[in-house]
Amino acid sequence: MPIPVEGFMYPNEVELQWSVLIVLYPFITGLVAGAFILASLERVFRVEAVKPTYRLALLTALAFLLVAPLPLQLHLGHPERSLEMYLTPHRSSAMAMFGFVYLWYLMAVLLLEIWLDYRRDIVLKSQTSTGFTRFIYRVLTLGSNNISDRSLHIDERLGYFITLVGIPSAFLLHGYVGFIFGSVKANPWWSSPLMPIVFIFSAMVSGIAAVMLLYMLTTRLRRQEIDIRCLDKIAQYLMYTFIIDFSLEMLDLLQRIYEADESFRSLDFMVHTRLWMSQVIIQILMGTVTPIALLGLVQILKLTETARKRIYALAGCLTVMGIFAMRWNVVIGGQLFSKSFLGYTTYKMGFASREGLLPAIVLMILPFGILWVLVKLLPPWLDTGSIPASGSAPAHGTS
Amino acid sequence: MFKDIEHLIRLAAVMVIALVAFIVLRAAVVPRSFGQYGHYRGAAISEIAARPVAFAGRDDVCETCHSDVVDVKKRGKHVVVPCETCHGAQARHAEDPGSVIPAKLDTAVLCSRCHEANSAKPKSFPQVVTADHSGGIACDTCHQPHKPKIEEVAQSATGGKK
Amino acid sequence: MDTTRRRLLVLLPAAAVAWKFVLAGTPEASPNYKLTEHWWGMLIDIPKCIGCGTCSRACTEENDVPVGYYRTWIERYHLDDWKMEKPEVESPDGGKEGFPANEIAGKNFFVPKLCNHCADSPCTQVCPVGATFISPDGVVLVDKTYCLGCRYCVQACPYGCRFINPKTKTAEKCTLCYHRITKGLTTACCEVCPTGARQLADLKNPNDPVHEFLRTHNVQVLKPHMATGAKVFYNGMDGSVR
Repeated sequence: MPIPVEGFMYPNEVELQWSVLIVLYPFITGLVAGAFILASLERVFRVEAVKPTYRLALLTALAFLLVAPLPLQLHLGHPERSLEMYLTPHRSSAMAMFGFVYLWYLMAVLLLEIWLDYRRDIVLKSQTSTGFTRFIYRVLTLGSNNISDRSLHIDERLGYFITLVGIPSAFLLHGYVGFIFGSVKANPWWSSPLMPIVFIFSAMVSGIAAVMLLYMLTTRLRRQEIDIRCLDKIAQYLMYTFIIDFSLEMLDLLQRIYEADESFRSLDFMVHTRLWMSQVIIQILMGTVTPIALLGLVQILKLTETARKRIYALAGCLTVMGIFAMRWNVVIGGQLFSKSFLGYTTYKMGFASREGLLPAIVLMILPFGILWVLVKLLPPWLDTGSIPASGSAPAHGTS
Repeated sequence: MFKDIEHLIRLAAVMVIALVAFIVLRAAVVPRSFGQYGHYRGAAISEIAARPVAFAGRDDVCETCHSDVVDVKKRGKHVVVPCETCHGAQARHAEDPGSVIPAKLDTAVLCSRCHEANSAKPKSFPQVVTADHSGGIACDTCHQPHKPKIEEVAQSATGGKK
Repeated sequence: MDTTRRRLLVLLPAAAVAWKFVLAGTPEASPNYKLTEHWWGMLIDIPKCIGCGTCSRACTEENDVPVGYYRTWIERYHLDDWKMEKPEVESPDGGKEGFPANEIAGKNFFVPKLCNHCADSPCTQVCPVGATFISPDGVVLVDKTYCLGCRYCVQACPYGCRFINPKTKTAEKCTLCYHRITKGLTTACCEVCPTGARQLADLKNPNDPVHEFLRTHNVQVLKPHMATGAKVFYNGMDGSVR
């Protein structure tokens, strides 16, 4: 079935190269970076109010980070060769260097921080649980059962240091994804020094919103009381971050409109026609302006707890949808127009094919499945089976 | 004191083992010729160069057997047009003439690719609107493709490819 | 095609040796070919191009290019005289079967396009594993046994000359007929061009006629503002060409 083309495209440009799976990838890594920044707010910046979400944020980041390489593997022509990126990385390639940024973040930051924070619980569970789970816990202890006050204090200090390193690492993780697009001089929709910054801030927005929603959902499922002070604080940070993100995107847009360079007419036409629904309606109006307005409303008016929770839930959902739309508009939008600036093509997304909608949906659901397993293995909450804290145990993430 | 950081030492040991395993893997798996000329597998160059050719090349290869046709072509406007431009890739035919018989060409399609009038073609290039020029009949009805200029009306009546 | 004929006469001994290998069914690079002695490019003479599409068809035949993808193609431009920023361009099936007949006023011309074998190529810069590279003799190639098929290079090429081969699932593009030029032959597209609009150029060979041509004519490369170091030079190319 031929792909409908409007105007002129270079003959090899008609078929899109990067599909919805490549839209998923920056979305997922964005959630990781954002969730981690929220966690670090408590650890490093001592924002006490968001403590209840600390451990949940870390586990959320891990669940999504484990799924992140999967859309890439499905997309590659030869996934069996992907190890080449680690064996012979091309140092001038942002994509190759990102492989190491990902590895660093997974191993040296996230896994280490989770391990250090949970180590006491892991050791205790390795002694009290049975069967296969006991085996898992024993492996996780690495053979050491020392949970003396001194060792736990060392863990806490080291964890603090790792979180400190983790903040720029999280920025690097998602800023790099922005750079992968922003450094492509051939594509004027992508090529911009603002791209890594915009990606970082939109990542933070999506991550904070996701953790906020997950916290509300899991607390409800556990039939517990939502800590409204925590929620108010998270919503505030979400609003501030969103305002910065929106300002950056508008700055880029205004500059483009004013300078009106060679590509502008073509891109402008594309936004007004093919990207109207996904960019103007879904991303900007519904996904950015509305949540900012809702969150701003909460700051200005004195609303009841119930009203605030409802607004936060709505704003959170709209935010996540808006940031997904932003990734879509960047990745797909950047391939809909011709580099000759004389034509447009169409994205034909399959359903049950290797890079179709169905695998995309499965890959978005998968992290929640992994999170469920992680929550069972390493409960972020006191009341669901973790050992009661002793006097000097670190009080992170308990509620 | 040592006891209290035992778990960290174990962790460091795990990381060192992983790093060593990676280095060993790398030495074993990365192709030998990688890095020979630059950041790529050097052997790829000779592999790419080893592909068999499909087009034989200059007319002297065709001339070995088809000297009569080439002589005719040398005396006409199509002297600058290589044989394979119209006849397609014939390296295998040149290598073993019996194994591949070049297909007979359909002049109605072939000639118009170059000579159908199009405003983007250079003005000095011979071009016609075939509908007006010949009514769509095969070009070799009147023109001898190897020497296309029609010299005399009598000769063109017996025209056609050799 | 005098220049190619002349070049072949100069390289006849090497070509004869290489041809023996071709005839024997075991083609090998000419034993006299030294990578460091060449720096390949191409010269395209726009006023000579008649848009017959033979080059694109020959390339497909020589290199087994899959249907619907193009290692080289021809574009037809039309513009009213001064509206340089609004040309009308078409390339039906890459121009393989020529172009439909028409008689329209204004400025009209053909532009053959291919990989520019850039000296500072953005596509080799972004390849994560080193599967695409520029050879020591100036040809940008793809190692299809090493390519992951990530498509980053396809995104990075400003000229749209790359694609993914649906059978091998690796990146592919014009190789400047590397398997021919290393045997003293010319590329398939230059070989069959009936008007000599396309000519292979060895920029390191002081006797190559391209040097004289470049000195005496006004030439351009595509998208010079991208600073890719493109080595395909266009004579007589209009400023409206994208």
